[in-house]
Amino acid sequence: MTHPADSSLSPGLSPTLAPALAMRGITKRYPGVVANDQISLDVRPGEIHALLGENGAGKTTLMNVLYGLARPDEGQILLDGQPVRIEDPADAIARGINMVHQHFMLVPVLSVAENILLGEETMANPIFLDRNEAHRRIVELGRRFGFEIDPDVKVGSLSVGWQQRVEILKALYRRARILVLDEPTAVLTPQETEEIFAVLRRLAQDGHSIVFISHKLYEVLEIADRITVIRRGKVVGERIPTETNEDDLAELMVGREVQLTVDRGISHPAGVVLEVDGLRVKDDRGNEVVRGVDLEVRAGEIFGIAGVAGNGQDELVEAIVGLRRPAGGRVSLGGTDVTGRSPRAMNEAGVAYVPADRHRFGLVLAFPLADNLVLTSYYRRPYSRGILRDDAAILRDAEKTIERFDIRTPSATVKAGTLSGGNQQKAIVAREFGREIQLLVLDQPTRGLDVGSIEFIHRQAIDKRNAGTALLLVSAELDEILEMSDRIGVMYRGTIVAVMDGRTADKNEVGLLMATGGAEHGADATEGRTA
Amino acid sequence: MDALVNALYAIPIVGLVFQFAGYLVAIIPPISPIILRGATPLALGGMCGVVSERSGVVNIGIEGTMLASAFTGWVVGVALAPVLGSTPIALFGITLPLLLALVASLLVALAVSYLHAWLSITVRADQIISGTIINIAAAGVTGYLNTLISKNSPTSAGSFALFTPPTALTNLPIVGWLFNMVLNQGPITMSMLVLVVITQVMLFRSRWGLRTRAVGEHPRAAETVGIDVIRLRYRNVLIGGLFAGLAGAYLSMEATNSFQANMTAGRGFIALAAMIVGRWTPVGALGAALLFATFQSLGQAIAFAPPGGELGVLMTAMPSQIYDALPYLVTIIVLAGVVGRSIAPAADGQPYERESAT
Repeated sequence: MTHPADSSLSPGLSPTLAPALAMRGITKRYPGVVANDQISLDVRPGEIHALLGENGAGKTTLMNVLYGLARPDEGQILLDGQPVRIEDPADAIARGINMVHQHFMLVPVLSVAENILLGEETMANPIFLDRNEAHRRIVELGRRFGFEIDPDVKVGSLSVGWQQRVEILKALYRRARILVLDEPTAVLTPQETEEIFAVLRRLAQDGHSIVFISHKLYEVLEIADRITVIRRGKVVGERIPTETNEDDLAELMVGREVQLTVDRGISHPAGVVLEVDGLRVKDDRGNEVVRGVDLEVRAGEIFGIAGVAGNGQDELVEAIVGLRRPAGGRVSLGGTDVTGRSPRAMNEAGVAYVPADRHRFGLVLAFPLADNLVLTSYYRRPYSRGILRDDAAILRDAEKTIERFDIRTPSATVKAGTLSGGNQQKAIVAREFGREIQLLVLDQPTRGLDVGSIEFIHRQAIDKRNAGTALLLVSAELDEILEMSDRIGVMYRGTIVAVMDGRTADKNEVGLLMATGGAEHGADATEGRTA
Repeated sequence: MDALVNALYAIPIVGLVFQFAGYLVAIIPPISPIILRGATPLALGGMCGVVSERSGVVNIGIEGTMLASAFTGWVVGVALAPVLGSTPIALFGITLPLLLALVASLLVALAVSYLHAWLSITVRADQIISGTIINIAAAGVTGYLNTLISKNSPTSAGSFALFTPPTALTNLPIVGWLFNMVLNQGPITMSMLVLVVITQVMLFRSRWGLRTRAVGEHPRAAETVGIDVIRLRYRNVLIGGLFAGLAGAYLSMEATNSFQANMTAGRGFIALAAMIVGRWTPVGALGAALLFATFQSLGQAIAFAPPGGELGVLMTAMPSQIYDALPYLVTIIVLAGVVGRSIAPAADGQPYERESAT
């Protein structure tokens, strides 16, 4: 830590100094729910203040109030002790409040400089931009916070870690004093996370106030000076990292004791269920992104694939479940060659699949929940008779499933799109887990979910393993891979560069393999060539 | 060397290709002013598409907008000419009725574009359907009114005149024909050239241009930095409307001095093709428009000054309908080659919904 955990004790900052930002008794009601109920939050100058809470706890609403995207029903916002009314995002920016959104708000085809300038243009005259001045300021700002950036590079060609820096620069360029970061590390490798943390610490030293929203407890403990936990729209506690721990925070956040790491127990692998042999797959643009993958998944084990997003994992999974025709190699299921079979044939052969993007591939958002629950079986009895659906049977079973998997929904007939992310994922899990299967393919099964839902899905997956199903788990969240997997394969540029035991694997070692592909691939990475 | 050339000419097809290339080199300078005139409505229509689509609004109603403004320009001129007289008051044979007719045609184009903007931005209707409505309505309304008015064989207010460049300039060796091409033109064609350059520079160097490109790619990102997406889109669709309006005015007030039903003859759609081939840039759209216009003029050139030799025999023997179809065929071929490699703005055609500020 480069500065004291509790900045009120810091000699440089008097305890009587007004907080840079104070939100007092913020209440925001939406029809049927109180999203924020008398929430108060103080952020001091130079402080990194973590905001912790499950999805739907009201973090986003609170930040929308701060950023002028929602108007509070009650309560007050004070900047440096002065009450203010924030009308819209432009107003918030003018007052020095900036937000780095979870989904980056960057335009990929524009350059770094253009993205940073947008909305806050440095002008040479009333019509034209002053590019030289803008470039100078951007390079200077980057240097001040520890990195060199080329303002002319297109943002779309940058890695996520660098896009994150562009987002931060964008805020700094607007002379932000209060910076809100929403789940900034969700897609970063451990090394990239450390680099961003270093930038954030420098910002705090420089006097910026940072609100850090995250669900990763150990990260919050590492970076924050203070932690405010909210649950169901209310502040349920404030902590200082030195006086708390992950279990305490998790319990506060969820409201009950949570098992953070599902006890995976001992696996009893049996015969090989999935065998992938020299598999080669092309992406939509025709580039070979899976370049000869061999792997075996046995019944009763979880094989985890770790890797930075975009190293061929999606295409590998799609080729295994039948969504993408491989360019070469073999996929066998229980000893039978199933290469290139249709998704329905794979489904009927006992392959279940939880796709990475639940909105595009997992669910039909505009269809009722009940219909979504039978997407893989609607054409069979009892849901169809002849050419007609049996709506009564679909609805009856849907209600049973909703009960069994604890999907929180007003009814079985509401559109799937109206459910929360956690409940949407539960619906997919219910559909895919709730039948006889040999192989379960999970692609980013907990992305964007809250702790409670993650725990639920992990437990379901472990139960399936213990029942003798083979599981293939793909995740960009390294923690998830380490917690869940019996064996881990690291995927890098379309090949599995290492396979290791899931219980003994070291986080930093896996992180390094993800980023560089290991020693023999390291040279390629620095030259930017492909193996 | 000569032997090689002779040998090449001996191969029948290659010979024809060589002759054709030679014919083009010879014929393009003299017909270049005609080519540029043909390109004017296409480039203006293409620019209408560029400024609209760069901000994320697909506009296939260019054809209808052009038609509506062409009709208005003509009919207002007809109405005003007897009242206000037709004494030229400035260069280009500009008369008071012509000037007012031009203003009226632009206003109508603005109104039509406003309808498209309202339907696609505020109502968030399907933008293709909105554009189609405009095309169908414009063809129907102008066609019907034209039938009514034309019964009385009214006198038009005339048309803008061509500028005559000094012969000292046009007779310059090598570049003289270029001066002739650019200067032997009416006011709308010359404005088009200026507007293409201005729009190109503005799109890539100005605040408006940066914001336009950002809104067409990622409107949410633009809104989070305080840009009013809705207002910017309205403004761009209306600016586009002015371009389409000029294109229409060109047809009934500069290229001709009359209006015929459906006189746009698909130029609004070729303008869209020019926009795509030109990769959503004004200069690119002008380039594509010139290419199409070249093939349009070629038919006439062949009729009046056919090439000699075997090529001439072949070309004059071909039915003239082939030449009429040529620009459209070229459009299809070039589009087929370019589409897929020319990438539209990412949010093109997607209505934008503001984050709820309740």
